[in-house]
Amino acid sequence: MHLHKYEKIWLTFGLGSLALFLVIIGFAAFWKGTHPMSHIETIDPQNVEAHDSFKPENLGLREVAEGKYTVNIVASAFNYDFGTDADGKPVKKIRVPKGSTVLFQITTKDVVHGFQVAGTNVNMMVEPGHVSRLETVMKNVGEFTVVCNEYCGIGHHQMFATVEVYE
Amino acid sequence: MMLKNVLFPKKDARLYMSFMHVTFASLLIGGLMGLLQTLSRSGEFQLPFGINYYTILTVHGVILGLVLTTFFIVGFQFALMGKTVGMSDKQRKWAWVAFWTMLVGTITAAITILVGQANVLYTFYAPLRAHAAFYIGLALVIVGSWIAVFVNFRQLYVWKKAHPGQKSPLLAFMVVINMAMWFIASLGVATSVLIQFIPWSLGYAATINVLLSRTLFWYFGHPLVYFWLLPAYMAWYAIIPKIIGGKLFSDSLARLSFILLLMFSIPVGFHHQLTEPGIDPTWKFIQVVLTFMVVIPTLMTAFSIFATFETTGRRKGHKGLFGWFKHLPWKDVRFLAPFIGMVAFIPGGAGGIVNASHQMNTLIHNTIWVTGHFHLTVATTVILTYFGIAYWLVPHLTGRRLTPRLNKLGIIQTIIWTVGMTIMSTSMHIQGLLGGPRRSNFSNYAGGAQVDTWISYQIAQAVGGTILFIGIILMIYIFIQLAFFAPRGVQEFPIAEEEVDAEPTPKILENWYLWIGITVALILFAYTIPVIDILKHSPPGSLPFDWPIGR
Repeated sequence: MHLHKYEKIWLTFGLGSLALFLVIIGFAAFWKGTHPMSHIETIDPQNVEAHDSFKPENLGLREVAEGKYTVNIVASAFNYDFGTDADGKPVKKIRVPKGSTVLFQITTKDVVHGFQVAGTNVNMMVEPGHVSRLETVMKNVGEFTVVCNEYCGIGHHQMFATVEVYE
Repeated sequence: MMLKNVLFPKKDARLYMSFMHVTFASLLIGGLMGLLQTLSRSGEFQLPFGINYYTILTVHGVILGLVLTTFFIVGFQFALMGKTVGMSDKQRKWAWVAFWTMLVGTITAAITILVGQANVLYTFYAPLRAHAAFYIGLALVIVGSWIAVFVNFRQLYVWKKAHPGQKSPLLAFMVVINMAMWFIASLGVATSVLIQFIPWSLGYAATINVLLSRTLFWYFGHPLVYFWLLPAYMAWYAIIPKIIGGKLFSDSLARLSFILLLMFSIPVGFHHQLTEPGIDPTWKFIQVVLTFMVVIPTLMTAFSIFATFETTGRRKGHKGLFGWFKHLPWKDVRFLAPFIGMVAFIPGGAGGIVNASHQMNTLIHNTIWVTGHFHLTVATTVILTYFGIAYWLVPHLTGRRLTPRLNKLGIIQTIIWTVGMTIMSTSMHIQGLLGGPRRSNFSNYAGGAQVDTWISYQIAQAVGGTILFIGIILMIYIFIQLAFFAPRGVQEFPIAEEEVDAEPTPKILENWYLWIGITVALILFAYTIPVIDILKHSPPGSLPFDWPIGR
């Protein structure tokens, strides 16, 4: 089969850049550990409280070490459960200092949800029977909207919270 | 052999036109839903009569993504097969069975959605449960399309038997590739619907394996977009060269690129599931690499198209570095609309590279960036090429002509579409980069600067959406004119011929066992181990949920 000379040049250049591109994302994934989140940890969706992280008293923000935080969340249509504050009211906003390392752990009691802290790299699917987990360093100060970005029903757009990063 | 100026027999034309009628009726209904969505999400308007935003979102996705595309493709491909290899009476009868099966399925699903029993969007992710009629309707659309698949296979088989030793006509070869891909891919979603969703929605199975259902859906969901794209590629390779007065660039390269698309469009579904918790990241990466193999046929296609443009222009005597470009038939809508489609594929493809990238995906997953992306690819590249085909196919079928006035309206339509889509898609891309979610009704969330920025882009989307709807009205007007009122005559069915001195096409390119064998092997490689993992590590299944979708 005949290939025109220019087409050979074009395809060589194209395939070369493709190979380079794949090497870069492969290097980042396998050597730098930037795989998208996949923990393959399962949970009974009808009994999430059986898991230590999702017991009602363990929900919400906790400082686990100097500058290191864990946030446990249970999603359900159409709410993120971050636990309750001192007055027994549901927490809708969590605050962490700039530069802290935050591990988000979330699961769902009912349907599929999303969990995105808009403006950061925290973006996960939340599926019944699985635990989603992502650790990030909060480098920028500001208020970040937490949105459910996977359709979960007719109240989907009312499912939100806020993460505030302060100086 | 190719009777491009001879009209089809009436009974054939009627069959192909039936598919076109459903296509353009879907365009009007689905487009109206799109308009209502952008207006509603701007926050400036409320949907009347208590209509739910997610009902119209489901209608929009199902009617445009599944119904319009499938009906257009099946109808167009029947016309291509009829023109190149012919259709027997028996085949026509089965083609009608395909049409009616698909139509009954469509109407069943549409009614279920409209009465509010299926607010599950076109991806129908479990464990949200729609009424069983929704899943049964979708299954019928797919089964109907399978009948079309086997009629197309049969058409080429009969032709080959009658023409021993001859290579198949290029367009017939391309149709069979596309249908082979569609059949192999839709087995995934059909399995999920028949074995998982229908028994579970009827209450015969208590729970459903959510991750398995999503994996089977996306095994189908990515090849679905290539199923939309390949008919556009058929037009770019084998029809546009004729429209601009040129010849086929290379029969062999066109076939090779279709074979590569067949092989690399299916074992790639995990790139839609990169942020899901239950799939091993190494297998995600392997499918990411396989996804990017489509770069090869895409680059080959881009080269062929522009080489055809330049060769044709130079042969006509246009001088200078860009003389051939300046003298392309810009005033011929049959060329202009697909050409703008090709241009839109450059940012569309670039955005696709971001989406499928192992890590960058996290930034844009489920943001409205993705909606902006596929409104460039399917709603510009693909649909403008389909419109470009309809401008000559519809009058060819109805025995009418694309008059200069209708051609001019078509050019105006193309420009309106381009302007509207540029505004809408660009603002979707930017809002997505800023974290704005897709598939969501208007919401202020917790308020604040971030949300205010999103809303300003949503207003831009409403402006773009309104312009696009004007484009749809104009397109419907043109279609009605071409179908019923344009002056009688013979509109050419343009099929490009090979150069007189073209090299012979290698026989191996028609070795179906080889190419389908490699395709199946790649699928087994990419999916066997991860699917076994998914089954072995399944969590307890999910009960159905009706109340979140308002049932």
